[in-house]
Amino acid sequence: MKPAPFVHHAPRTLEEAVAVLGDVGHDGKVLAGGQSLIPLLSMRLASPAHLVDVNGVAGLDTVEVADTHVRVGALVRHAGLERHEGAAAALPLLRQAVRNVAHPAIRTRGTTVGSIAHADPSGEMPAVTVLTDGVVEAAGPRGRREIAAADFFTGPLETTLAEDELVVAVRFGRLPAGTRTGFVESARRSGDYALAGVALAVGLDGEVVTSARASFVSVTPVPDVLDLGPALAGRSARDLPLDDVVELVRSHVDPESDIHAPADYRRMLAAELTRRVLTTTTTPTEGAA
Amino acid sequence: MTTRQVGEPVQRREDPRLLTGNGRYLDDLGLGALQAAFVRSPHAHARIVDIDIDDAWELDGVEAVYTWEDLDGRVGEPLPVLIPHPALTHPRTGYCLAKSEVNHVGEAVVMVVARDRYVAEDACGRIQVTYETLKPVVGLENARAAERLVHDDAPGNVAANLLQEVGDVDTAMAAAPNTLTLELEIERSACMPMEGKGVYARWDADDASLRLYSSTQTSTGVRAAVAAKLEMPLAKVEVVTPDVGGGFGVKIMHPWPEEVLVPWAARRLGRDVKWTEDRREHFVSSAHERGQLQEVTVGFDDDGRLLALDVRFWHDNGAYTPYGIIVPIITATQLLGPYKPGAYRVEFWSLYTNTVLVTPYRGAGRPQGCYAMERTMDAIAAHLGLDRTEVRSRNFIQPDEMPYDHGLMFQDGRPLKYDSGDFPASLAKLKDLVGWDDFAAYREQAAREGRKVGLGIGCYVEGTGVGPYEGGHVQVETNGRVNVATGLTTQGQGHQTVLAQIVADQLGVRLEDVHVTTGDTRRMAYAVGTFASRGAVMSGNAVALAAKVVRDKALRIAADALEVSPDDLEITDGVISVKGAPGTSIDLKTIAVMSNPLRYAFDTAAQAATQFSGAFDPDKPPVADDDEPGLEGQDFYSPTQATFANGMHAAVVETDPVTAEIRILRYCVIHDCGVMVNPMIVEGQVHGGVAQGVGGALYERMVYDEGGQLLNASFMDFLVPYASEVPHVETDHLETPSPLNPLGLKGAGEAGTIPVTAVIASAVEDAEGFPIRSMPISPAELWELRRQHSSVPAALEGAS
Repeated sequence: MKPAPFVHHAPRTLEEAVAVLGDVGHDGKVLAGGQSLIPLLSMRLASPAHLVDVNGVAGLDTVEVADTHVRVGALVRHAGLERHEGAAAALPLLRQAVRNVAHPAIRTRGTTVGSIAHADPSGEMPAVTVLTDGVVEAAGPRGRREIAAADFFTGPLETTLAEDELVVAVRFGRLPAGTRTGFVESARRSGDYALAGVALAVGLDGEVVTSARASFVSVTPVPDVLDLGPALAGRSARDLPLDDVVELVRSHVDPESDIHAPADYRRMLAAELTRRVLTTTTTPTEGAA
Repeated sequence: MTTRQVGEPVQRREDPRLLTGNGRYLDDLGLGALQAAFVRSPHAHARIVDIDIDDAWELDGVEAVYTWEDLDGRVGEPLPVLIPHPALTHPRTGYCLAKSEVNHVGEAVVMVVARDRYVAEDACGRIQVTYETLKPVVGLENARAAERLVHDDAPGNVAANLLQEVGDVDTAMAAAPNTLTLELEIERSACMPMEGKGVYARWDADDASLRLYSSTQTSTGVRAAVAAKLEMPLAKVEVVTPDVGGGFGVKIMHPWPEEVLVPWAARRLGRDVKWTEDRREHFVSSAHERGQLQEVTVGFDDDGRLLALDVRFWHDNGAYTPYGIIVPIITATQLLGPYKPGAYRVEFWSLYTNTVLVTPYRGAGRPQGCYAMERTMDAIAAHLGLDRTEVRSRNFIQPDEMPYDHGLMFQDGRPLKYDSGDFPASLAKLKDLVGWDDFAAYREQAAREGRKVGLGIGCYVEGTGVGPYEGGHVQVETNGRVNVATGLTTQGQGHQTVLAQIVADQLGVRLEDVHVTTGDTRRMAYAVGTFASRGAVMSGNAVALAAKVVRDKALRIAADALEVSPDDLEITDGVISVKGAPGTSIDLKTIAVMSNPLRYAFDTAAQAATQFSGAFDPDKPPVADDDEPGLEGQDFYSPTQATFANGMHAAVVETDPVTAEIRILRYCVIHDCGVMVNPMIVEGQVHGGVAQGVGGALYERMVYDEGGQLLNASFMDFLVPYASEVPHVETDHLETPSPLNPLGLKGAGEAGTIPVTAVIASAVEDAEGFPIRSMPISPAELWELRRQHSSVPAALEGAS
């Protein structure tokens, strides 16, 4: 469990990082928190010839709260985002979700942007990215560009990011006033990859639902949004058609069987978790955006 | 007066060092040593056609590449069958490096020695092994069907078949008013110590001697095995165990191939060589345990009393049997727990499969036996509509029936004879602790809240402290330091504390003056090892006996010096004084000086001693014919048989009505290991044992596919419970001393693990209302069982 040989690059500026990636990106990997990459290297499941270690690059470690979004830099650790009061106030879903990312030790090293770029369908933050209509800011030899979340994820561990591009930041869109959010997942052990998880955003006007959207963890090949608006809009929070929601989720998700649970169990779990988080999110005490 | 140490919850003396990162584990040693890595078989069953190592040699830093062809002398012969048994008619062992056939994924085929582990692994990646694959035998069903064989010359895949019978089972069964048959299954798991195995060899060419460090549970065993394999004099081999990060059984198996190959390579290369097992290697090339299929037929009267018990089980021993059939023998005998079975017949088949070999893991066959017996007890209770504790109670061996001889042969070849225990008292305590009689009301309350809860119970008896012996050596230095050595090894249990407590009491010295060394063949050449919950029983009694030798000698010398009778002396805090005359005293360290006639006065202790040396008799030698210099002594403890500890556990679980997630709400333990040397350490052993038991009950399994690939060979997918999955453990203790040893001790190391699978199965069954016959159980499996039993309430079914 030792990595194959690689060249370690340690750029100090974004420009240097982009230049190095331009040279070696075809046979290189970006190293940020390393919580997914290093085990892959150690088990020799991946053996890139170059590692572009961006941990020394200046200016990538900030969380910025703006009127329309929360912008998270590429070197912000999960733990940093989790503890960021401004981000939690502007978009409570960030803290609700990031708390479910693995264990404290992993959150201390792992980066939120890194987990989004890694695009694991069992990642929590990709699901949040799509639910908030997030925008991925990328930099590469051809300059900078912005990629809408819906256009970013293309498959398990696959994105539209070019091999010589680096994700600089992700902007999570703030939700309209009156929106409540919730996040829940279920894993075999606390902190494991979830068997199923759901992020939910519900618009409420008093007790009346105006909008409802959900995205999922571990049960869809790419994170995408299920619009529950047609089923729920106009309904009272006291009288939600939960069985309809359950059916919508069951037909939306497409889980795979693995050694921890078969697909039909995960489908049931995704639907049940949605039912539960919808119920708790629409009760009066949950956080409002 | 010194506080008596035995019985006190003394803080663990090893913890400040271990918890502050100052432990010294195998991989902390030998920083300059060459490092080994292995090419391991990717196939479960294959013939080796060709091995091409040429590319590996081209790498800078590669020092050696070895295949079986290179292994000379006895190193190239099959590994030993450590514990033969007449019933083990077809024992098979592998080679240090596979000769012509591989029988499980992970079997070592090529050894690379290189400048460091990185280069060694790079080189492994360049070695091409051509295999002719054979169809593997995976799983007990396939092994039993025997359509394919693991070893061509082991028909039926049977390594061993053993039948024991007490009484006439057929007649008793035929006469029984009620009979039930249960088919049961229990999955594989494994010890999974945080530190894997590791070996570091230092070859001294001038001295032609070897010092070997191994992360083992038996340094003396490894020493003898390596000396035999390398054809070296025992006197030229010393084995030292550094700190060991857990064993739980897998490190009592020996010699592991690497324990032979690493010193062999060191001698051959004339260089220090080290190998540190990584986690993936540990999964596929160490050992697993637990996997069994069981068939229990029981006959009982209308009160639930057992009349006949007929058990057949099939034990998966993996690809080889180097450790013999200890595990199924223990299942067969310890299955009986605290009960009188009526007529008893047990027959097992130990079967080969193309999987990692099976050797004892904490509990060592007992969890399976306990599971079979306790599932049976619950089934009887359900059949007769009786309370589950009532059925158990009616079958208990009573305290006045002790010692109780089951008429069977135990794992050590000696009679299965319980020495003591008070099972009715244990059950009463357990019912009280868990609130057994109030549970019905709790269940009704929970049901009103839409919650499903269940209560489970499991009882066990554990033979602990098996022989043949352990030794203790105690030495008092002239500065008052007391050195204690015992040969068995330590993996974190707290031996440095408990053995010091015992010696402090026996010798009359302060705890902080006592320093314990374990597992170092330089200090104690005769020892067995740490397994079978035997550390405290065996080495505890051994160091007590050795301390008495030293005490007697100290009192004899002091009595001469003070001109009193030894009977009038006592030792407190390292000072020998005349009872009732505290002014007349002499330090124990001064006696240490006096005990050695070579007495250069290089320190104040020696100067003081000279004042007491008095006139000597010129006609006598300085050391008498029947004496030895020095204040030290050695003795060995060797019991006639094992001593039997026992315990009873109960758990309250909640199962989610929709998702079938299983949560342990309460976990209660009544534990009786005789006299407790250190109740805090016993408590810790119970907690740790329960944690591993919870792993086996709800989380851990070895997921082999039909091709024999282990699909979950990492800590990401093999689900060792985290602290968040382990319940708070509520404990209460009985102390029924063992009459078999001077200190009254019984073992405690494995106890916590044994009944947990049985207890959780019982509790889930109680919550769900249908039988649980296969463990471990996951939420998805419980959910599927509900579908089969159509027990999901209609409203919830519709909702999901």
